[in-house]
Amino acid sequence: MYQFNYHKPASLDEAVALFREADDPMYLSGGMTLLATMKQRLAAPTDLIDLAGIAEMTGVQVNADAVRVGAFTTHNVVAGSAEIQQALPVLSQLAGLIGDNQVRNRGTIGGSVANSDPSADYPAAVVGLGGTVHTQQRSISGDEFFQDLFETALQPGEIITHIDFPIPKRAAYRKFPNPASRYAVVGVLIADFGGSVRVGVTGAGPCAFRASGIEEVLNEHLDPSAINGVEVPDAGFNNDLHASAEYRAHLVKVMARRALSDLLKT
Amino acid sequence: MKVTLTVNGTEHAVEVPANTLLVDLIRVNLQLTGTHVGCDTTQCGACTVHLDGRAVKACSMLAAQAEGAHVTTIEGIGDPENLHPMQAAFREHHALQCGFCTPGMIMQAIDLIDNNDGLDSQTIREGLEGNICRCTGYHNIVRAIESVANAS
Ligand SMILES: Cc1cc2nc3c(=O)[nH]c(=O)nc-3n(C[C@H](O)[C@H](O)[C@H](O)COP(=O)(O)OP(=O)(O)OC[C@H]3O[C@@H](n4cnc5c(N)ncnc54)[C@H](O)[C@@H]3O)c2cc1C
Ligand code: FES
Ligand code: FES
Repeated sequence: MYQFNYHKPASLDEAVALFREADDPMYLSGGMTLLATMKQRLAAPTDLIDLAGIAEMTGVQVNADAVRVGAFTTHNVVAGSAEIQQALPVLSQLAGLIGDNQVRNRGTIGGSVANSDPSADYPAAVVGLGGTVHTQQRSISGDEFFQDLFETALQPGEIITHIDFPIPKRAAYRKFPNPASRYAVVGVLIADFGGSVRVGVTGAGPCAFRASGIEEVLNEHLDPSAINGVEVPDAGFNNDLHASAEYRAHLVKVMARRALSDLLKT
Repeated sequence: MKVTLTVNGTEHAVEVPANTLLVDLIRVNLQLTGTHVGCDTTQCGACTVHLDGRAVKACSMLAAQAEGAHVTTIEGIGDPENLHPMQAAFREHHALQCGFCTPGMIMQAIDLIDNNDGLDSQTIREGLEGNICRCTGYHNIVRAIESVANAS
């Protein structure tokens, strides 16, 4: 890892000011992705701005129709939060499936969403639940947030402060994990908002997206067999040593059927 | 930069470059070499320590991120005359061969016991997702942890 200047601001304003003054800065949350990238010298920031000291980015708030999670909340806190388990159990379940226990004790929801790894789990929830990503300067709809491989709507210097998730009538998440890393080869989150269904997919394409074909048939019949006839085109899907694009397209339907069966049991 | 932290109950103020990993502060600066480095890529768990009571991989944290924290390493839980129950269980159940993964396994196992009610063997196996052992085949590690879970 190259040398860098380390900063730990106590407020968002201070963090943004440090970012503007530095040559080539990066924000640091749990470091579960960024530090590995720096060790490989794929990232070499001159300044690392640690977000751990910013109180505005922490905490979980649950109200009647949404759950708000501070960006600096670790995966294990989301997995273990009695409040979230009660109001939006699918989010706790999804967080508990991320990586391993030690990774879940450090990795944060903000870092995961900002990173937009094609096989990360949280993006399926942001898209599938129709979440809203808040930064220090604006709110970004979940449908517009993920743009491409490791690319999001965030502008340089923008910090995710918290994420809102609307509470559906019921929802379920299923992933086909890579047996070594536990990252999603494909993961599908289905949410039933009573009258409209949203389907968020991760792992299959360069970033998370809504499976509109599956949403259409499920809005007609909320039944796993309805998914059988849907065409999931594999154009642009990830094609690597873990799975071919064609296999991923197949997995989207399999995971969607399993998620829907789980959802119908709740 | 200066990092102040408490390791195994003793406060230390250590002068290190900003890019120092927590595991290097522990092994090189404090000479506590019980915490191992197997992969240096967050995969194997040999470097697992407790940070404010939760298991983390010390190879994937900056020392600076532990500022003000309480860190416990394998040296902090017991000693040869007075083994921690988890260490005693690993010995009893022959849960180690070369011993390289053992400090990390034990620190992770203690986190599992502390943060779960009623551990069964499936939960223990899932809980060891982030720890790799190339010797034992895991069965005896799971048995050792189960014995401590059942006793507590
Ligand atoms: C062994 C292992 C297994 C894993 N398995 C999974 C898995 O199964 N599923 C999964 O989803 N993930 C997995 N991960 C990734 C993990 O979830 C990380 O938590 C996540 O990738 C990044 O979160 P972080 O808080 O560590 O962010 P960091 O590594 O600190 O930062 C990641 C990126 O986001 C930027 N950033 C961080 N916080 C913010 C913010 N608030 N606003 C704007 N930008 C920000 C940083 O500048 C950096 O570019 C795994 C990681 C490891 C090491
Ligand atoms: S050395 Fe830290 S996880 Fe392998
Ligand atoms: S005992 Fe040798 S690696 Fe586990």
